[in-house]
Amino acid sequence: MNPALTILMMDAPYEQARTATAFRLLDAALRRGFSLKVFAYEGAVSLPLTLQKPHANAVHGRTLEEEAHPTPPVWVSALMQSARERDLEFEWVNCGLCVDERGATEVVAGAKRGSPADFWRMAGESVNTLVIPTR
Amino acid sequence: MQRYLLIESRDPFESRSFARRCELAAALAGEGAEVTVFLVENGVLAARETARVREIEHLGSLGVRVLADEFALRERGIPTAQLARAVRAAPLDALVTALGKGAKAMWN
Repeated sequence: MNPALTILMMDAPYEQARTATAFRLLDAALRRGFSLKVFAYEGAVSLPLTLQKPHANAVHGRTLEEEAHPTPPVWVSALMQSARERDLEFEWVNCGLCVDERGATEVVAGAKRGSPADFWRMAGESVNTLVIPTR
Repeated sequence: MQRYLLIESRDPFESRSFARRCELAAALAGEGAEVTVFLVENGVLAARETARVREIEHLGSLGVRVLADEFALRERGIPTAQLARAVRAAPLDALVTALGKGAKAMWN
């Protein structure tokens, strides 16, 4: 079994550079053969929300296709696919209370609902844990 | 040997917490730990030689490894030739490697 890393994320999408850095870190870990366990807390539970829609850019005169605006649920699904292709585990758990507060229930396939107890379990099953706190 | 990985994302000119984190790195190194400071996002603004961030030079003199995210450097137009002597550009892979080796990691 491949070693696993646990990453806790807290920031909502479109707000902090650390969201992009965290996704880059997840991608790098998969490429290096680590299974991943992600616990999304607070605003981060909106990352896998499928209701997000890409948009055109009227200011720059670009169509939806030309703008190719990336949305976080696409990244989450792509990371899950990347893990499957490498025969690695990828677990994504959203904090249930945080989901209820935000109504963020429509999430990508594979993202589960859980509680901070899952974060404790994940940390115990991993070789290391990184908490990426909000500001 | 105890290993620590301090990930610094804050602009050193925006927040005093950058200097505090460097103090922590220096203290840990002083106790014999192997310490890596990994600069990401606006934290890489401290990596420029012309920024003259004293804390970075001090860490270098203590043997603390100071790495700067290559991607964040490129985003901000900072060529590796302009890095302070104590800083080395590195991919995020280096961070993954340190985590895999069990370094205690803290993100600021």
